[in-house]
Amino acid sequence: MFKLLLSRFFQGLMTLFILVTLTFFLVRAMPGSPYTEEKAVPAHVLERMKAYTGLDKPLPTQYVRYLKNLIIHQDLGDLIKKDGVKVSEVIRDSFPVSLALGLASMSIALMVGIPAGVIAAVRKNTPVDFACLSFAMLGICLPSFVIGPLLAVFAGLRFESIHVAGWSSPTDWMLPAVTLGMINAAYLARLSRGGMLDVLNQDYIRTAKAKGVPGYKIIMRHALRGGLIPAVAFIGPAFASMISGSFVIETIFQVPGMGQHFVNAATDREFFLIQGLVLFYGFLIVAANLLADLAQIALNPRLR
Amino acid sequence: MFPAEMLRQLTVSALCVCLVACEKESQVDRATREGILIMGNANDPKSLDLQVVTGVLDSNVMRSLFEGLVQFHPSDDLATPAGSALEVTPDETCTVWTVKLRQDAKWSDGHEVTAEDYAFAYERILTPDLAAKYAEMLYFVKGAEAFNKGETKDFSTVGLNIIDKWTFTMTLRGPTPYFRELLKHYTWYPVPKHVVLKHGTIGQIGNPWSKPANHVGNGPFRIKSYRRTDHIEVERNPYYWNAQNVPLNGIRFLPINNPYTEARMFRDGQIHVTYTAPAEVVDMMKKNHPSVLRQEPYFGTDLFRFNTTRKPMDDIKVRRALSMTLDRQALCENVYRGYVPPYGLTPPTRGYQPPADVKFDIAEAKKLFAEAGFPDGKGFPRLKLLVSSREAAATIGAATQAMWREHLGVEIEIEHKEWTAYLVAMQSLDFDICSGGWIGDYIDPLTFLEMWSPGNGNNNTGWVSQPFADKLAESFQLTDPSERYAKLKQAEQILLAEAPMAPVAWRSKNYLIHPSVKGWNPLLLDCHPYTSVRLVPRKKD
Repeated sequence: MFKLLLSRFFQGLMTLFILVTLTFFLVRAMPGSPYTEEKAVPAHVLERMKAYTGLDKPLPTQYVRYLKNLIIHQDLGDLIKKDGVKVSEVIRDSFPVSLALGLASMSIALMVGIPAGVIAAVRKNTPVDFACLSFAMLGICLPSFVIGPLLAVFAGLRFESIHVAGWSSPTDWMLPAVTLGMINAAYLARLSRGGMLDVLNQDYIRTAKAKGVPGYKIIMRHALRGGLIPAVAFIGPAFASMISGSFVIETIFQVPGMGQHFVNAATDREFFLIQGLVLFYGFLIVAANLLADLAQIALNPRLR
Repeated sequence: MFPAEMLRQLTVSALCVCLVACEKESQVDRATREGILIMGNANDPKSLDLQVVTGVLDSNVMRSLFEGLVQFHPSDDLATPAGSALEVTPDETCTVWTVKLRQDAKWSDGHEVTAEDYAFAYERILTPDLAAKYAEMLYFVKGAEAFNKGETKDFSTVGLNIIDKWTFTMTLRGPTPYFRELLKHYTWYPVPKHVVLKHGTIGQIGNPWSKPANHVGNGPFRIKSYRRTDHIEVERNPYYWNAQNVPLNGIRFLPINNPYTEARMFRDGQIHVTYTAPAEVVDMMKKNHPSVLRQEPYFGTDLFRFNTTRKPMDDIKVRRALSMTLDRQALCENVYRGYVPPYGLTPPTRGYQPPADVKFDIAEAKKLFAEAGFPDGKGFPRLKLLVSSREAAATIGAATQAMWREHLGVEIEIEHKEWTAYLVAMQSLDFDICSGGWIGDYIDPLTFLEMWSPGNGNNNTGWVSQPFADKLAESFQLTDPSERYAKLKQAEQILLAEAPMAPVAWRSKNYLIHPSVKGWNPLLLDCHPYTSVRLVPRKKD
């Protein structure tokens, strides 16, 4: 177990290093630079700005400098287009918002998705199953930029207690969390239905039935543990993705989270911000995968 | 413990829902009652340091925190009411301007605003180390350009002279009768010398003086709270010289990037004024709520640039023919929704009328095309029209493609590029035809014409015309406004005749405004003086 953990830890470190390196060179391969603006920047100003950020140096020098700042000083660098703002400040300010939204969405996804999947599996080929499957298919097929505005118009504009967008009142998390949660609930429903169907056909379930164990006990005690393994494997990366924010959701609902920075940083060629966000997101994914592995081991004794 | 805690959280949330549900007052109604204006502002400003910002949305925040020598008038584009200066007076040649500051003007920390602050601000923005992108706005001052470009390190060579604590003079590089108009731009506003130097040096990039906690301004408001990508809130500045006549208690700027979200928030009673209104929203509001929709002239022009260094765009006849077959009326009505079909490049103002040289004339265009060697479009190469991924550019591109196919028989390919890639292609002349636009910095035709002069970084067409440059240079020597306008008109005539670009539309500002907002009048630069804006609660039915 310890060996496995150690091996996963070093694999994670290596993944992050490769991620940092690839991101560093790829963002610089894009056309343009952070100084590309609609109104041309005078040459002497451009020269001075590049010298300030070190972007006038050859790429290998920039890379070594970046790694040095990252490893020795834990410094992710500064934003180039926003004066005096550090990448770490952007993450510090926006991550708690994305985390709160991600937790709320994940709760919704779990509370809706898993029961729906389990019920669908237990009531296989019945109207209940078809209803659950249709809901799941709808959630998977409808993109968030369709569900979000629809919810905003139908719920936000009708109920005074719910705002169509913003992040200032206690109820503002509802619409974005429901939008994000429903999409993930759809995936979870399908995965848990599939997992449960596999398990319900196993011999030990048949044995339990033959011994006269009540249906709910079979599900809760014997089937759920194995049936949820595919869903648990999905939850790890999905959770990492949810808590690191969603550009679409944040833009539709005006949420000051981290997701919008991913897209805007790429459009603005904010080199250091892209690198910092990718590294942070990579870290979350690595950590979430590790946790998901541990959870799977806990659920499935054969993996131990 | 955990379920109990969760239950508590759920109860609190449910209570919040019930409480808010009981509350009938919308955010806008409450803000109106409290005297707080809520504005959509598209994005966060680049900084709270007014000497490093460059954009329109930056300017919206800056004008609440700082004040220049003259102010924007609430309803007259060309008027220049006094700001923190009592007088700004020229000599007879309009070259040396004397500024007398009001002695009751104060920074938001209570310090006096003096001539030294202005001199320091101008020295700072011109200091090469600061790398201020908009420093060139001050090149009107004698010696400013040389100092900014590092040709001299001696600031005394710049035409700025402090007479006493409240008086200074500026010697300009030539007669500039429209100088007061320039002074409205935020690059001419002061910065607090004592605060900037307390937190760093004069040329320090990222000087922390502009952090919200350290920030000091001389405008009607001061920073109250700032949360990136969420809001900036400013509150009444008690030290402002005219504080007793400022009707608003504060302004909340919301960086709403998505115009559709902004429109929904407006409908939901969350904002007073939107930054913009997309075409679909304009249509809907026109039909259902016309009283809250505003469509006002804006000092900007949408245009197509022709790459004159490539064949066949190097031929004036080809460029003119392409320009003449643009049905601008149809584009403005059906795609831009409310923009104005242009007859020149510079949008007309009270003082200046551009030459009427932009027209829709298919017969003439066909004739010119045939003369250029492409009768009925035969033999014309398949050119690319570069458009950005922003706004209506793609739709305009598609409409134009159809017009040129129909009227000239030519096939144009549309090339979409993401914003920065588009800018790189435009600035490196890697295009045949390119959609674009320009927004004036100040109300004067020069802001639209100077960019086409040889060597200007914003030309982006490869077009060079000595007669055009000569006309501009001649205009720099004139002090009489009507003579100067006449000269600039001649320059614009040359530009339109040679057509390195084709104006497509004069911009309008489409936005939504809540009925409680008063004193928000149409202004060409859309720079509303917040000191004249009032909020009047609606009468209850």
